[in-house]
Amino acid sequence: MDLLYFAWVRERIGTGQEQRDPPEAVVNVADLIDWLATLSPGHAEAMAEPARLRAAIDQKFVALDAPLGSAREVAIFPPVTGG
Amino acid sequence: MIRVSVDPAPIELAVEVAALEERGAGGIATFTGVVRGDDGVTALELEHYPGMTEQALIAIAEAATERWSLLGVTMVHRVGVMLPGERIVFIGTAAHHRREALDACAYLIDRLKTDAPFWKREQTGEDARWVEARAGDVEASGRWNEAENQPFSD
Repeated sequence: MDLLYFAWVRERIGTGQEQRDPPEAVVNVADLIDWLATLSPGHAEAMAEPARLRAAIDQKFVALDAPLGSAREVAIFPPVTGG
Repeated sequence: MIRVSVDPAPIELAVEVAALEERGAGGIATFTGVVRGDDGVTALELEHYPGMTEQALIAIAEAATERWSLLGVTMVHRVGVMLPGERIVFIGTAAHHRREALDACAYLIDRLKTDAPFWKREQTGEDARWVEARAGDVEASGRWNEAENQPFSD
């Protein structure tokens, strides 16, 4: 799946976009965050506090317990601060 | 009648307001957000989620047109680097009567704050920090769910 990161999540990981194939046990966004944290020190730092993270699946905001289903694009980012 | 724009270019108020006036409305309401220069902020950088941002703004605008009788809705958000005093966001509504225009304008900016994927990064001299989301923004957005017909009842 395509993974997108924004703001300080992007900065800590060191890239705004990557392709990853999570294992089958990863069924929802929270699982994905836990799994991503194992990939590198930067990922671990970005994913350290899931309560500070928000997500979108295929460009729709979702809760962290949302199932990934057949998601093509998952974005992980801090709470939004526009306007 | 819905115009949504996410663009690094400066926001031209006169152009945006004139386009709303052409809708034949009796009332135009506008909100302009400006980069604050307090706390020593020297620049503000806006990041967004291309593709999703535009969809989110259109969804917010469509929700407003279902809720109020509107002749025009404009939502313009700037992205990239801007300086204190520069416009960051413009919301405009056109309606036959002021109440629709004013209520819809407040709804649109409240919703934009929580439902559109933008992130602010403040530069203060050599230091930069990501702006934290405010609990008050979530409350302001949420009040539109609670009081269907009395948006300012709180």
